[in-house]
Amino acid sequence: MTNTDWPLWEVFVRSRRGLSHTHAGSLHAPDAEFALRNARDLYTRRGEGVSIWVVPSSAITASSPDEKDPFFEPSADKPYRHPTFYEIPEGVKHL
Amino acid sequence: MATAATHQTARTLAQDGQDGQDGTQADVDDTAAYERAFDAAVAADERVEPRDWMPDAYRATLVRQIAQHAHSEIIGMQPEANWITRAPSLRRKAILMAKVQDEAGHGLYLYSAAETLGTGREELLDKLHTGRQKYSSIFNYPTLTWADVGAIGWLVDGAAITNQVPLCRCSYGPYARAMVRICKEESFHQRQGYELLLALSRGTPEQHAMAQDAVDRWWWPSLMMFGPPDDESAHSAQSMAWKIKRHSNDELRQRFVDICVPQAESLGLTLPDPDLRWNEEREHHDFGPIDWTEFWDVLKGNGPCNEQRITQRRRAHDEGAWVREAASAYAAKHSASGAGRGVEQA
Amino acid sequence: MTTTSVPTAAALALGDDALVLSHRLGEWAGHAPVLEEEVALANIALDLLGQARVLLSLAGDEDELAYLREERAFTNLQLVEQPNGDFAHTIARQLYFSTYQHLLYAELAAADGPFAPLAAKAVKEVAYHRDHAEQWTLRLGDGTDASHERMQRACETLWRFTGEMFRPVAGLDADWPGMESTWVEAVGDVLRRATLTVPEGPRSGAWAAGAGRQGLHTESFGRMLAEMQHLHRSHPGASW
Repeated sequence: MTNTDWPLWEVFVRSRRGLSHTHAGSLHAPDAEFALRNARDLYTRRGEGVSIWVVPSSAITASSPDEKDPFFEPSADKPYRHPTFYEIPEGVKHL
Repeated sequence: MATAATHQTARTLAQDGQDGQDGTQADVDDTAAYERAFDAAVAADERVEPRDWMPDAYRATLVRQIAQHAHSEIIGMQPEANWITRAPSLRRKAILMAKVQDEAGHGLYLYSAAETLGTGREELLDKLHTGRQKYSSIFNYPTLTWADVGAIGWLVDGAAITNQVPLCRCSYGPYARAMVRICKEESFHQRQGYELLLALSRGTPEQHAMAQDAVDRWWWPSLMMFGPPDDESAHSAQSMAWKIKRHSNDELRQRFVDICVPQAESLGLTLPDPDLRWNEEREHHDFGPIDWTEFWDVLKGNGPCNEQRITQRRRAHDEGAWVREAASAYAAKHSASGAGRGVEQA
Repeated sequence: MTTTSVPTAAALALGDDALVLSHRLGEWAGHAPVLEEEVALANIALDLLGQARVLLSLAGDEDELAYLREERAFTNLQLVEQPNGDFAHTIARQLYFSTYQHLLYAELAAADGPFAPLAAKAVKEVAYHRDHAEQWTLRLGDGTDASHERMQRACETLWRFTGEMFRPVAGLDADWPGMESTWVEAVGDVLRRATLTVPEGPRSGAWAAGAGRQGLHTESFGRMLAEMQHLHRSHPGASW
């Protein structure tokens, strides 16, 4: 990285109150203050957001696709975690 | 290949540079297995995400295509920005400024998508500035009158949208997502161009002539935007197999012509092609031969504005270096508030 | 005229400020020092153009006023017509003007006059412009030696155009001397934080003092208007 090459930031936007922040994309900025402002200009110029997070891309730790199976498959065979797993007699309400 | 979990945040490859293609780790058998899994996933219309294993050629093709697309957005600002200071009404001026701004934004979305493949923006810009990566040749044509702004919106953006809508389903997730955003934002670009031309066409005789002249000059270059005919297109077949590309150049070109003919009629303007006519049998419009000599010539750098466009781009970059340096220096001095932690607004 | 009617001269003065600065910022398109800044500068230019359109429409037909007036009929500040120069000049101009505009619009929004509705909306836009200018002033001033020097020079060069801002505009009910001292304090504070020296020269000269508001402009403005108005004037009566 040269001294004119600004680091990369990930941008998360809350599109409206009540919803989570969602990854919108990335951008370059010299520091956090500018990352936030650039994100505002770039990702919310059509009123797409009410709140923004910016995170240095280098600060994100991601699961590896190679670990996909050990990470995510074990959760696929536990249907009892889902409400549709249970049979409830017809007519029983508020369950 | 993609999972919901990696979909949103698995974007660190630009930093770790690994991305599952490390030859020292994967022996030949593993590579073959990876390749089979990759092919199967693409065949099943799954999206490929940044940290997934992918063939080197797939990655290289994407970087080339996304970078070229990003460069086109950035260079494409110039012919239209040429008219911001002369826009003939304040309404038009606001529209044009917003449109040129969108192009900068679209360039940024696309560079950001390209960076997920492990190539930094600075490197991509350097390749643009040194002529090692291309941008769409259409932007090497000059904007000589105000009507050119309309013709670019209607024809150039129209052709771009015809190309881009299928890219929203491209096999590479970040590119497809960038295209969704871009297509959504671009819907106004084409309409404003059409409306601009309509006002001219229905205006004074001088305005009408200006509009016709612009359409005369932009029609053929717009058809060239779809690239060379299918049998001469170097990258088409592989890109279609990888589902980076969904339709052939000729297919998209035909679709565009069919769309434009009635639109031109409504505008009261003529498309400059004596061979243009409806073919009952094919249920498409036949159109005259495209001057591919001109296409290759402009591509090779001999268009009317190649030199000018790249010179301006390079100058903006070079003259901005001290500004970018200053901001980096400031960030280093005040690093407590700089990189290394996230920030939240409201 | 009723008491709530808009003072035309004031609408023109504020509208011309916004129009002319928007035009200057529009000249940056395709030339900005970094792509992110293309988007930021265009946002500011669009906000200003929006303000200009509302203000000019209060005084008459926006396009007739923008495109068919002669140079001497424009009453914008000389500050906003100054050429972009390098990025430091643009930022210094932004800092000086957006701080002024922010203070003025805050007063107009709080008062109950004819500009209150516009000012209430614009003051939020302008607060962001001011923040943008301050952030950049800090980075250019306290960045590298080269950027410091450029920023200092830009601040000095434009300093003499800042006195004009506080000459009362007929029809605008504002505490001009109060605004001026707040401005001097606020701008001084930003400059000092940016390790810059607050310029010491006069904030108005024999020529610059209040001249823009009276229709007297600097050389580059005529050329700017010629470019802006040329196409519109070449087709009298045409619609676009």
